[in-house]
This record gives sequence, C-alpha cells and structure tokens, in this order.
Amino acid sequence: MSAATTMVGRSIRLSRRNLDTAIMAVVLPVLMMALFVYVFGGAISSVQSYVDYVVPGIVVLCTGYGATSTAMPVADDMKKGVVDRFRSMPISGFSVLTGHVVASVARNALATFAVVLVALLMGFRPTASVGAWALAMGLLLVYVLALSWLAAGFGVIARSVESASLLGFFMLFLPYLSSAFVPVATMPPWLRAVSEHQPITPVIETVRALLTDQPVTSGRPALAWSGGLLVVAFTWATWLFRRISSR
Amino acid sequence: MIVETEGLTKRYGTRTVLNGLDLEVAEGSVLALLGPNGAGKTTTIRVLSTLTRPDGGSARVCGFDVVRQAADVRGVISLTGQYAAVDEEQTGRENLVMIARLHRRTRPAARARASELLERFGLVDAADRRVRTYSGGMRRRLDLAMSLVARPRLLFLDEPTTGLDPVSRTTTWDAIGDLVRDGVTIFLTTQYLEEADRLADRIVVLHNGGVVADGTADALKNSVGGTRLDLTFASREEALRARSAVGGLADGPTLGLPSDGSAAHLHRVLDDLLAARIHVLRVATHRPTLDDVFTTLTAVAA
Repeated sequence: MSAATTMVGRSIRLSRRNLDTAIMAVVLPVLMMALFVYVFGGAISSVQSYVDYVVPGIVVLCTGYGATSTAMPVADDMKKGVVDRFRSMPISGFSVLTGHVVASVARNALATFAVVLVALLMGFRPTASVGAWALAMGLLLVYVLALSWLAAGFGVIARSVESASLLGFFMLFLPYLSSAFVPVATMPPWLRAVSEHQPITPVIETVRALLTDQPVTSGRPALAWSGGLLVVAFTWATWLFRRISSR
Repeated sequence: MIVETEGLTKRYGTRTVLNGLDLEVAEGSVLALLGPNGAGKTTTIRVLSTLTRPDGGSARVCGFDVVRQAADVRGVISLTGQYAAVDEEQTGRENLVMIARLHRRTRPAARARASELLERFGLVDAADRRVRTYSGGMRRRLDLAMSLVARPRLLFLDEPTTGLDPVSRTTTWDAIGDLVRDGVTIFLTTQYLEEADRLADRIVVLHNGGVVADGTADALKNSVGGTRLDLTFASREEALRARSAVGGLADGPTLGLPSDGSAAHLHRVLDDLLAARIHVLRVATHRPTLDDVFTTLTAVAA
C-alpha cells in the first residue's frame, strides 16, 4: 500500500506541474458552461431553468473528458522507461497506474468544484439535500474511476502520447449524443434511440435528478454501466500492463 | 556466482534474439556485454532484471530464479536503462526521495539518503531544480543515483554512456569506478570498446544472441593475433578500393587489417594491392585494439 501512496503523491505532483493539463481540467469546464448557458441557453427551451438543467451535463462531460487525460502520463511513463525502473523494484508494478488514476480523481474533483462554484454565480440553484449531493458525487466517483482506468489501459497500449489523447476526443463528443444539453425528446427517433441507450445518459439523468430534487429513475442503469465499466476497465488495464511490460 | 544463465532463449515472433545464452558472473566483478545493435544485449539485461520472460533456459540472480522468484531478484538488483528513467517535472531531490519511499524508507531516512546521493554525484547545486533543466550528463548521474538508493548487490547498466559528451562520459566512468570499490557487482552493456576496456574485468562479446568470445580485454586482443596492420592511402576512396581487395576495416584514408605480424603476411597484402593497382603511402603495425577483436569476431560469426 505504501508504494501506491508514494505513486499517488508523484502523479499529483506531476499533474500540478503540467500546466496544460491543469488549465484544461479547470478552464475547459467553466468555459463550456458559460458557452451553453449564455450562448445556446436562450435558444433551448426546457421545463426548468437551463442552468439547472445543464450543470449536471457539463459536470459529467468534463469529468469524463478529464478522466481520459489519464492516458497521457501513463503513455509517457511507458515510453520513457520509467515503468521499467518501477517494475525492476520490489513493489507492485501497476501501483504506477494506481497513482495516475487517483491523481485523475483529484483533478476531476477540483474541476467539479470549480464548475459548481461558477454555476452558482451564474444562477444555478440546486435543491438537493446533503445526502443527495453525496450520492451524486459517489456516482461521479465511480464514473471517473471507470473512465480513468479505461484511459490508463489505453495509455499502456498507445504508441505515443499523442495517440493516447484520442480517447479524450471521443469522450468530448459522446455526451452531445445524450440528454446532457437538450432533452432527448427533441432528437430525431434514430438518434433518440442511441442517446437513450448509451451509458452516459443514465449517469447524467441520475446526477441531474439528485441535484435538482427530482425522482431518480435511472439510478440502476447508471450504477450498472459505471460499476460494470470500472470492473472491466480495471481488469483490462492491469492485465495489459502485466502482459505488455513483460514482453 | 551472482549471475548464472543456462541456455537462455528469447524469441520475438520468428526472430531469435537470445540463442541459448550461457553466462556466469562472479560477485564483485564488472562484466561488460559487448556487441552491435541487435546482438541481444538489452534483452539479456531485461531478462536478468525480471522485465522480460525468457522462452527457454534458466537464469538465476543471487541464487533466485528470475521467473519464479522475480520478487526476490528485484530486492537485490537495480536497473539503469538505456534512457534516463527520471521524472522531468520533479526535482532531482524529489526523484531520489520518491525512490527511497518506494523502498519503504521513512520520510526522514529517505531525505537523508537523497542528500547523501546528491552530494556523492555532484548534484547538490541542482538538487532543487526540475530535472527538465538538467544536462544529459546530470540526468545520467541522477539516474545512476536513483539506482543506488537501496544499495543493490548487483547493478545493471544498459549502455550507460550512450549519447553523452566526452566529459560526461568520463565522470560517469569515475562514478562507476567508485561503485566497484564499494563492492557492487556491475553488469553493463556497451557498444564502445573503449568503455569495456576501461571498466570491465571481463568482456563477453555477444553476436546474434550467443557468446562469441569471453575473457579479459588482453586475452581477447591476443586471440585475434598479435598485430594489426595500418595501411594509409592517398584518399578515402583508395582505402575503400583496397578494402575490397584485401578486406579489413576502413577509417578515412586508413585501412586496418588483423595480422600475425609475419613478413610473409605483409608481403602478401602488398602484392595483392599492387595487383589491384592501389598505391600504399604508409604502412604501420601495432597491437590490436578491442575494435579489431570486435570486427574479427563478429565477421567470423556472421
């Protein structure tokens, strides 16, 4: 366990010093939110105030994207031979991955905090109880962990740091095909089918319902998708790490 | 024996990288594994440091099997790879403290060990600067220092001075020399014969995944014949033409040839050159360098 703690310290220090990632992690979500609330918000009609509608979507989009940035430091370590040093030491080799994943959770917690803070300034009025907040954050934690482990796996097999960042583009795009920004009812039927059944929609719906004090209807699929992905991604990433690095 | 391998084999697809390698290294000695690119040097180090699983044969380090007792092996070795495995965005001190913490030292003990090593490797002034700002030589020294945090019994150095300028190379050699005096066994790979000559007690020449020569630098030099002929021509082109006539290794306008030192051999070479209408400007003879050994051995084995 002490090796993992040291690795977490390392990864957090590295992400704090990587200015690009740090800025992207916090500034991107805030800008996205301003864009949606002030530019598109007026044109989109929703039953509740648009800022209340969109904040959960922004949080899920940005944490999803932020989590995928885990792939880059992992790919960097694999390429630079740092992993070889760690693996030749009497410690559990994949604690280096654990370090990057936990740092990703820390970055996303910070980003979420910044988004909620700015959202409050823009008129976001959550009506959730402390318990509902805790549940929403708990679900987001599982979601971020799952995507971070998935990204860590991509980092292990990526041929370069640049290709490791491709997963991020995908995760930046996927939430648009969900209920993040507009209710799915406004979409053409085929797209609606996609949006309703893709994994991000139940996560967004659940977080939104929890924060705005609505009945939670998609908690089960949200947890199943996130938890399932977490188990699969963790197994895949650690298996890949053992396999790739013992060649 | 601190390292013992028997019939070690490793294949990547259809390419055989290690072809039944037998190797023994005595504790406290310095072994240089010498060979051209692709000879299997790095793969040997990766197998011995538990990073790569061999396909066949066995390898023991300090008596531990590298596959079945990998964790025990990791406890007694350290690896300095071909590329400095240091965190660019951490300072030199942070890198060292991190490694010490990974070796389960307490925080104060880790700090003390880091300061000690910074002092020893002449990195005190740069200790609190990010490694990104270090020169190539400083990086290598830090890399070496990181490998020594846990006081290993056996240190693997994969091409420790590749890409370094001559001054940094000399300081790295001095640092390695100090380790030897401390009793650390060193297993290094190199493409530089000068490096093997200077550092190693014993040199193993690797070619196509197998050992083609094994011995001290002097023994190897003697094995290729006592003398080397240096023939100098008017131009590089002439030297290359001469090479196609009599063989050898061209270096600018000079052609080096292994020889038994006899007048008859010299006669024969000059006759051949005369027949090819190549004019020799000067002839010199001297003891072979390891370069000659290398060229001869790898040419024979190929």
